[in-house]
Amino acid sequence: MKVGLFVPCYVDMFHPETGIATLELLERFGLSVEYPVDQTCCGQPMTNTGCEREAAKTEELFVRNFEKYDYIVTPSGSCTNQVRHNMTAIEESDAVKHVRSRTYELVEFLHDVLKVDAFPWAEFPHRVALHNNCNTLRNLRIASMTERREEPFSKPKALLKMVKGIEFADLTRPDECCGFGGTFSVFEEGVSAKMGQDKVTDQLKSGAEYVTSSDSSCMMHQEGCARRMGANLKYIHIAQILNGARA
Amino acid sequence: MTAELHEELTDPNADQLDHGAASSRPLKSRISEPQPRGAKVHGNRPIDQSEAANRFIAATEHEAMHDARLWDLRQKRDKEMHGIEEWEELRDLASGIKEHTLSKLDYYLELFEKNATANGIKVHWAKDGAEHNAIVLDILRKKGVERLIKSKSMLTEECGFRHFMAENNVEVIETDLGERIQQLDDEAPSHVVVPAVHKLRTDVAGVFAKTIGSDPDNADAHYLTECQREATRPLILSAQAGMTGGNFVVAETGTFVVCTNEGNADLSANTPSLHIASIGIEKLIPGLDDLAVFVRLLSRSALGSPITQYTSHFRGPREGGEMHVVLVDNGRSERLGMEKFWRGLKCIRCGACMNTCPVFRRSGGLSYGATYAGPIGLIIDPTFNVHKYRNLPYSSTLNGSCTNVCPVKINIHEQIADWRKTLAGEGEISPVKKVMMKAAGEVLASPVVYRASLPLGRSALRHLPHFMLYNKLNTWGRKRDIPETPKQTFNEWYRKNRKQQAEGGKS
Amino acid sequence: MSGSREAILEAIRKNHIQGDRARPNVPLFDQAAPADLKELFQKSLERMGGKLLTPDAADPMAPVRQAIVKAGPVLSCVPEFEGDMKVTPQTKPTDIALVEYAVLRAAFGVAETGSLCFTEKQLLVNTTGFLPQHLIILLDPAQIVYNLHNAYQRPEWTQAHYAVFQSGPSATADIEGVLVHGAQGVRSLSVLFHPAS
Repeated sequence: MKVGLFVPCYVDMFHPETGIATLELLERFGLSVEYPVDQTCCGQPMTNTGCEREAAKTEELFVRNFEKYDYIVTPSGSCTNQVRHNMTAIEESDAVKHVRSRTYELVEFLHDVLKVDAFPWAEFPHRVALHNNCNTLRNLRIASMTERREEPFSKPKALLKMVKGIEFADLTRPDECCGFGGTFSVFEEGVSAKMGQDKVTDQLKSGAEYVTSSDSSCMMHQEGCARRMGANLKYIHIAQILNGARA
Repeated sequence: MTAELHEELTDPNADQLDHGAASSRPLKSRISEPQPRGAKVHGNRPIDQSEAANRFIAATEHEAMHDARLWDLRQKRDKEMHGIEEWEELRDLASGIKEHTLSKLDYYLELFEKNATANGIKVHWAKDGAEHNAIVLDILRKKGVERLIKSKSMLTEECGFRHFMAENNVEVIETDLGERIQQLDDEAPSHVVVPAVHKLRTDVAGVFAKTIGSDPDNADAHYLTECQREATRPLILSAQAGMTGGNFVVAETGTFVVCTNEGNADLSANTPSLHIASIGIEKLIPGLDDLAVFVRLLSRSALGSPITQYTSHFRGPREGGEMHVVLVDNGRSERLGMEKFWRGLKCIRCGACMNTCPVFRRSGGLSYGATYAGPIGLIIDPTFNVHKYRNLPYSSTLNGSCTNVCPVKINIHEQIADWRKTLAGEGEISPVKKVMMKAAGEVLASPVVYRASLPLGRSALRHLPHFMLYNKLNTWGRKRDIPETPKQTFNEWYRKNRKQQAEGGKS
Repeated sequence: MSGSREAILEAIRKNHIQGDRARPNVPLFDQAAPADLKELFQKSLERMGGKLLTPDAADPMAPVRQAIVKAGPVLSCVPEFEGDMKVTPQTKPTDIALVEYAVLRAAFGVAETGSLCFTEKQLLVNTTGFLPQHLIILLDPAQIVYNLHNAYQRPEWTQAHYAVFQSGPSATADIEGVLVHGAQGVRSLSVLFHPAS
């Protein structure tokens, strides 16, 4: 199984440790993982703003970079959703179809494809609040949502439960969007920041020491709000916890 | 004036207030604070929703109450959902029934017309708001009506009905409490179900003190409600005509159905001898079996109560009375032909998408500057005026909660994204967004240019690449800290630490 | 305005959505219905803010009399109870505004929602459902259906010109979510199980 690693632009730039943890974690399962060094972005900023034409070249580049892999794995559900459901600016060739159907968010790849049943190296003796990115939750269906009458399930929680010492903190509004929303965070800054502050307040009230998520983008926004509010919360990507980070 | 207290409310420990539209736990604003007003409307200029939203957020007491109140409705809705095993099946049915009806809308409209006419209802057709208003005025003039009582109707808001009637010397009295508050304050409703939800009790006290002479220092909700009842009742008794909207129209029986919690539609319809109902053509459903599905879903989705206190079915005029139905198009038939957006016509105006929308809860409905606010507004408003409402589809994080609470399964968040594409395609996009995305598209299409654009200098002001910050101000940093930039990017780390693979991964 | 009628229908035909969208078959969803619906009805009624009166086998109308605690005219629309007022052919809809209590019989009840159905046949004058300050309602327990699907199978819908489900008293929470009964319609609603004679 040949796996291509996609490290989203903001992870590359601000959270290289998330990329490293993802790579190492996948390597622990004996996979041959490659990171095509000429990658940039999935095209989401443009598509998200409605500028589909402007996304075309970025999408073409993405397909060129990843068409040779059996699976494309990325530590971002939001980018996965973009590739899987919204990469429509370019013609739907066989290569495009292959890339779109083979791109997986890390948690669902571990849970659904590798069907991992243990992380013997992982131990995280902390109280953790789990945040699900909205695209990951409602479009990739990584967990059940409170809006629907359905059997509760959570793929990230199922994985985290295999980590020694971890304790979960419950939020009062677990599914509430944190207000990142991609370009929303800059275009609608006031509402975005207010939603972020409310999310941080909820996390604080839950008694969490750490917040984790399979999406760095939401956490980058939440962490920005938390710092400004002087909130004592730490943010860590789920890949790091599963890869054995202790703090 | 004394108010009659329900015993639940006289018990200080009571928390079971969850029927009707009531909140499930006592919410009370702590301070009085001037009410933030809605979006600034300048003719046909695009509405700046975020400007108005920022003012709403700055009014912290209003924002906190609004958010808590609507979130409570969302939670009550969830509770009802869990009580109904067939909930998701009902949503599928509701969606299927609406899609079926819309696919044969001409047939069902004619069927309704035939059955309603046979029962003595006079059916009129209006292609737009102006024609609707003219038809109603004509009916009223023939009967010499000077005072009209009406229940809440979003359609009459679309038609600018109240203002039109005022210009034509017909006094219109709104009988829904929330809508009456808004009428007396000369403000549009901010929410399709709870029109004054953006107001604090002190705001209402201020409005009533000025307009119906209540005590300006008494902001007790019971007192205010009672004052309104006492002030409105004589107007109801002396009105010569009553007007309602219609939540559902049953083609096979010629029935239209109106749902209220206050009973004000029944009062409006049954007290005077003339009843006029204004109904959008998308409200049709085939039969009574179908109606059951919608009545079960409507109030549960809207307010988390099993049913509205009053669900009223009108099939013909009462003895000696006169009943008119005005079927209004106002852009709906055109919307039916919009491949990506016709599903918005399934909407039953329950407001669940507003209650769940995290942006709406923080912004207030008036920030949208349009008849329809919140998620459903983002996808309907541009069909009325694409230029004026071109910014609205950006007032969303595309989180998708709306789509999943929607009782008729409208793909709201997908349509919001589709509107952005459509607007950008038609050139209806703000220059800032356009320039920024063009630049981003070019940078991200080239690994070389992209790598060169990264903040390698790590200087304090260039933490984010330019395509994320092309704006007059760095909005990110106003209320959020900018992430620290690490010593090296992942890309740099990989090239150093996985040299061999880095060669293989080159495209 | 027949011009608009044709124009609207024409536009609809032109813009019809594509594809076969068959009319769904709506099940009754009543497999789980309990044999005795009274208990569920009571629970739902109370949830909606209504009250159930305790029957008195020896004196069936005693609970109604006891429920009348305020001074003011009592209108009876039922043969079982003698009020101060009756509806006559001369009664105007607005006359009902003077009524403190109206005693009515419901056509049927719905256990799922605690709803009571009235048509012009029970109301006599339609405003008797809303203009009185308080309602006291007789309901034959044999006339309770399980859910709304069952309710819409009833014959009333194609017989009456006006039919209403009243579920609890008039309610509003338009000011800060505070529940107030009697926003415009009745302030209280009480139900007595009483078989129709």
